[in-house]
Amino acid sequence: MSNYYQKEIETASRDEIIRIQNEKIVRQVKRVYENVPYYRDLMDKKGVKPEDIRSIDDIKLLPFLSKADLRDAYPYGLLGTDIRNCVRIQSTSGTTGRRVVAFYTQHDIDLWEECCARAIVAAGGTNEDVCQVCYGYGLFTGGPGLNGGSHKVGCLTLPMSSGNTDRQIQFMMDLGATILCCTPSYAAYIGETLKEKGYKPTDNKLKAGIFGAEPWTEEMRRSIQESLGIKAYDIYGLTETSGPGVAFECEEQTGMHINEDHFYAEIIDPDTGEVLPEGSKGELVFTSLDKEGFPLLRYRTRDICVLSREKCSCGRTHVKMSKPMGRSDDMMIIRGVNVFPSQIETVLLKEGYDPNYQIVVDRERNNDTLDVYVELNPDQFSDKIADIQNREKSLEGAMRAMLGIGAKMHLVPPKSIARSEGKAVRVIDKRKLHD
Amino acid sequence: MAITQLSVFLENKPGKLSETVRKISAAGINIRAMSIADTKDFGILRLIVSDAAETKRIVSEHAIVTETEVIAVRMDDQAGALSGVLDALETAQINVEYLYAFTGTKSDSAYVVLRVDNTAAAEELLGKRGFASLSDAELKAML
Repeated sequence: MSNYYQKEIETASRDEIIRIQNEKIVRQVKRVYENVPYYRDLMDKKGVKPEDIRSIDDIKLLPFLSKADLRDAYPYGLLGTDIRNCVRIQSTSGTTGRRVVAFYTQHDIDLWEECCARAIVAAGGTNEDVCQVCYGYGLFTGGPGLNGGSHKVGCLTLPMSSGNTDRQIQFMMDLGATILCCTPSYAAYIGETLKEKGYKPTDNKLKAGIFGAEPWTEEMRRSIQESLGIKAYDIYGLTETSGPGVAFECEEQTGMHINEDHFYAEIIDPDTGEVLPEGSKGELVFTSLDKEGFPLLRYRTRDICVLSREKCSCGRTHVKMSKPMGRSDDMMIIRGVNVFPSQIETVLLKEGYDPNYQIVVDRERNNDTLDVYVELNPDQFSDKIADIQNREKSLEGAMRAMLGIGAKMHLVPPKSIARSEGKAVRVIDKRKLHD
Repeated sequence: MAITQLSVFLENKPGKLSETVRKISAAGINIRAMSIADTKDFGILRLIVSDAAETKRIVSEHAIVTETEVIAVRMDDQAGALSGVLDALETAQINVEYLYAFTGTKSDSAYVVLRVDNTAAAEELLGKRGFASLSDAELKAML
């Protein structure tokens, strides 16, 4: 059995959770209708009144919000309370060109940090742990969220923020960090750097890592667990709903428990918006049940995943979401075929390559091209050009089998693909598919 | 006698070769001979140097580097000399992966560096045919 941060709610019966959700959704819709003119207009257009929402089941009557709505309403259009009640903003990096600014009251910060604390405890954290947070601090939610959660658990918190890997390693070793919080690509990079410096996986005191903010595969999990000698836990969240901690993994590592007392999840068909039955694969939609500053209702995440209510051995009763299997908007359509970057990563790891790669999509004479650059590791290097070209050919065969289309593979020297110490830029799509 | 060649995997981009050469030169190591094989994405730099161990240590800080056994055959610096070496290898069905040449410190001698698919057989054969090849010690003494 697991340890819990808030046992009563984390292990509450299904009936109890539904009772909480029923109560909260009625109050939340009323608040949003009164305070958020942008959403009131959407509801009016759909002919839905707050009094139509009497239980959580009625949520399907409500209109969706998308990233486009957030852009239209920027910056204050979706604010849910008087600005004087708000104490913080957080913001997305704007990597997709659409910056999101979210507002938090103290109540919102507390519930967010509690969710992160649940994640840390689920990963084995207690007040005896030293928790190294190397997510970025500042506008990005990663650092502040895990920092707050770590405080709530009572861990000794190392507020490292991102970057400066030498310093990260020095603090990790000198202070005996036991829990590492960062993006999975940075965890892999730290593992790589430790190895270069001559450390063995047993030389550090780390026991667990809480990794999120970007997609990663099971193969990448295995590789990180091995290189750092830890158990690696996934954490999920987005600025629109609060930040990391919306969902988190327990020791079963078979999906992330969604904190259902605060966030209601639905799976919809991304094309029709129709709510799909449990167990279906589709787009994840979240409703904040009790946030005040930025209370988004039915926000479309674009993450494709599956929800499961199967009994979990950890004792938690909250619904589990699978790792996102891609995003309905980072799915590449190449020569008419749907391609997810995670499929390419799966092939690379299976073929024994390190997860350091970059996908470049382009269009030449109306034909899509797919090029994948992969870093060769020293054991794979051969003095003969032909050997390296044979490796490329064999990878091309494996890619074709996985994707159903051809990809041109390029093996390149280590560290020649640009890394950012936060998020890895995995895909460069040079095609102009929209105006 | 085979000698040690270093092979370095480099990105095919401006500055990558000079970075490697600069580091070797800063350590006071002499490059006896070199060649580059390249594709659009990468190049393999092959080096014969005065101190292979030290060069490997320096270069491996920023690039992948491996040791490869090659044969450096001494021949007279005159027409037809290489042909004799290649004829011998052909008769024995030994395949040449690549080769490159450098001149010795004496004005009448040249060396051809050969990477073949069977180094031991090639050495034995060339020895029997009267071709001398360099050892690591001799190479070091030349520099």
